Amino acid sequence: MFAFIIRRFFQAIFVMFLISLIGFSIQHQIGDPIRDLVGISVSKAEREALRDKLGLNDPFLVQYLRFIKKALHGDLGRSFFYKKPAVEVILSKAPATLELVFVTSILVIIFSIPLGIYCAIFPKKIISRLIMGISIIGVSIPVFLTAIMLIYIFSIKLGIMPSFGRGQTVHIFGYWDSGLFTLDGLKHLVMPSIALTSIMLPLFVRLIRAEMMEVLESEYIRFAWAKGLHPWRIWLVHAFKNTLLPVITVGGVQLGSLIAFTILTETVFQWQGLGFLFVEAVERADTTLLVAYLIFVGFVFVCINTIVDIIYGLVNPMVRVIGKK
Amino acid sequence: MKEEKMLRKLLTLGLGLIFCLGLSISAYAKTLRVAMASDPVSMDPHVQLSGGMLQYSHLVFDPLIRWTKDMKFEPRLAVKWERISPTTVRFYLRKGVKFHSGNPFTAKDVAWTMARLKKSPDFKGLFEPFAEPKIIDDYTIDIITKKPYPLLLNMATYIFPMDSKFYSGKDKNGQPKDAIVKTGPSFANSHESGTGKYYVAYREQGVKWIFKAFKNYWDKNSGNVDEIILTPIKNDATRVAALLSGDVDFIMPVPPQDYARIERNPKVQLITMPGARIITFQLNQKRRPEFANRKVRQAIVYAINNVGIVKKIMKGKATAAGQQSPEGFLGHVPELTPRYNLQKARQLMKEAGYPNGFECSMIAPNNRYVNDEKIAQAVAAMLAKIKIKVDLKTMPKAQYWDQFDARAADIQMIGWHPDTEDSANYTEFLLMCPDPKTGYGQYNSGNYCNPTVDKLILQAQTETNVKKRKAILQKVERILYNDAAFVPLHWQHLSWAASKKLKNVSDIVNKQNFPYFGDLIMD
Repeated sequence: MFAFIIRRFFQAIFVMFLISLIGFSIQHQIGDPIRDLVGISVSKAEREALRDKLGLNDPFLVQYLRFIKKALHGDLGRSFFYKKPAVEVILSKAPATLELVFVTSILVIIFSIPLGIYCAIFPKKIISRLIMGISIIGVSIPVFLTAIMLIYIFSIKLGIMPSFGRGQTVHIFGYWDSGLFTLDGLKHLVMPSIALTSIMLPLFVRLIRAEMMEVLESEYIRFAWAKGLHPWRIWLVHAFKNTLLPVITVGGVQLGSLIAFTILTETVFQWQGLGFLFVEAVERADTTLLVAYLIFVGFVFVCINTIVDIIYGLVNPMVRVIGKK
Repeated sequence: MKEEKMLRKLLTLGLGLIFCLGLSISAYAKTLRVAMASDPVSMDPHVQLSGGMLQYSHLVFDPLIRWTKDMKFEPRLAVKWERISPTTVRFYLRKGVKFHSGNPFTAKDVAWTMARLKKSPDFKGLFEPFAEPKIIDDYTIDIITKKPYPLLLNMATYIFPMDSKFYSGKDKNGQPKDAIVKTGPSFANSHESGTGKYYVAYREQGVKWIFKAFKNYWDKNSGNVDEIILTPIKNDATRVAALLSGDVDFIMPVPPQDYARIERNPKVQLITMPGARIITFQLNQKRRPEFANRKVRQAIVYAINNVGIVKKIMKGKATAAGQQSPEGFLGHVPELTPRYNLQKARQLMKEAGYPNGFECSMIAPNNRYVNDEKIAQAVAAMLAKIKIKVDLKTMPKAQYWDQFDARAADIQMIGWHPDTEDSANYTEFLLMCPDPKTGYGQYNSGNYCNPTVDKLILQAQTETNVKKRKAILQKVERILYNDAAFVPLHWQHLSWAASKKLKNVSDIVNKQNFPYFGDLIMD
């Protein structure tokens, strides 16, 4: 296990290095950061002077080496817009996204498992068909539309839900700005997490259903029936446990993309998290922040994949963690 | 022991009392919740010349004088002013004004602020014509220009005196407190001391600002808002939803597609006003020899139905233009109206020798001006009718300006609002012969170059007689019109929407889009 984690650690560093190289080489295509820092009537000479001062006129390699040198000391540069170190900006926005993803994941887990199992066991029942039908609709409605509909119904028409932002937040562990511990904060979490859940939930219900149905057909389940085991034991202990493997794999990958791609939900709800940060950084051509964000997301992906691989081994002892001879 | 207990009891009582008092005060305090598309980038008014920063300056600082709704000047920190020579205006300053730090406001602060403006990369261009001001006494100052300058008062609206004592010295990093830093931390970026009605009580960039009323504010006859909470809401639909659901009281800007919805709602009000930002296309004569032919340029202007664009795409919330200067500007000529006439356009193309048209490229931004992409598409379709085949490319503003500067296409879109609120500024940036040395024609991607126009504009820069100056600027507009030097589309309207709780919204907004929240009265 130790060797495995060490190996993954080096893999993470390599991935981050690669991302930084790619991010760095495409950043000039995104736009000129200077334009967003000055008024439109500012002369070209003034803009050039500013570019020189920021070192944006240096050759690519010089800029990249300077970046790597700093990055090795944990400094990914300073965001042009926030006027603060990029890492600091990302860490200050991360709690918003992580909490949103956390609540969404809980909602998905709570609902997808019973619904998926139910649909697999009783595929012909009306309720199962209804669940399947609704899940098709859920998958096909884009998340921003769900979000806008939620705002329209619950904020504008009924006036019971706040329409934007995170509401009141409190500091926990020093810097973590949390909305989970105030009533106002929780109220603000409801609609964004429902919007995100509406996309993820149907996927998982369908996945669990399909996997479970396949498992229910297998030999050992038939043997269990023949042995006269209690149906609940067969469904939950024998069948469901084996259903979990592919679900965990997909879940891990989806969790990563949830963090990276909460963009639409965050933009609609003015949710000040990482997705929102990314959109704004692109719009402002805040290239330092952008590269730092990409590296951060790469890091998160590698971490999540590592954790998934470890859990995988725990659920199914047959699968040995790679690297563990 | 006993004493300690007693003390504790007293303390609890005291705190309880303060708490109750606080509650009763806050019950009367009036809080205005404002949502804008984005928030000011800094607390330093000189760090960037942008609408957002000037809106901020009007909250936290006070200018010497400011624009009224009908484009006149009204006294703020200057109580009166008089021209004492062609190059000098004497300002008499208000007495008894205090900065947020408690320091008194004097002429020294004005001189200090002007010196700082000349150091700001964004403002130094605007303050280039100014020489060093002369302090007569604590409350009198002569503002002097190098040459006679007709726009001296216009520029005085940009002088928001800063607390010279507060911003002097070095901060804890050893950096001078008055340093203007665009991309890093600085004292002025995170501290303020102005004379304005509000001080910054809390700020989390990009998330939330809280402004609280300054109790020693000099203007006792202003509005009644005690606290302003400013939140940026980037998404148009969400910003409107926040207003309609009562989560905020005031939003700007309002997306045109939601005008009707807001007007229908009895709890909110929509206010619009013609602005000075003109949207135009420039035809590059260097890249396309066809555009050097005046008849072709005229044909293009005749072919574009900008009245239709205003009606269909802008939903009537823009004013179709035939010239650069809107009504109320010195150079505005009433008879220069939009000239859509397809027949005539075709005729002109024939006369110019292009009855079968030609192909050309066009670029436009897609997130800079209201409906910019749709407008560009409409114009491309209209040009197809005179057989000019347009290859249109639109892109986000972060990429657009590089392309614009590189003159990457034959037809390029640009909108312009003069910082000086004066007609000459349009021509200086958009249509004078491009000259990297003087900076004139910086955004003239059409390469239109007419020495007569240049001469007239330079003349207007030092002409202080309003009548003569008006004649010069009108002459320029006529020449540009006849030459079809550019393709005028429309002046964008400004828009604000607010809850009906706010009583005098239409009095506090203006053509410059600097809402004077200090004067706002709410229930």
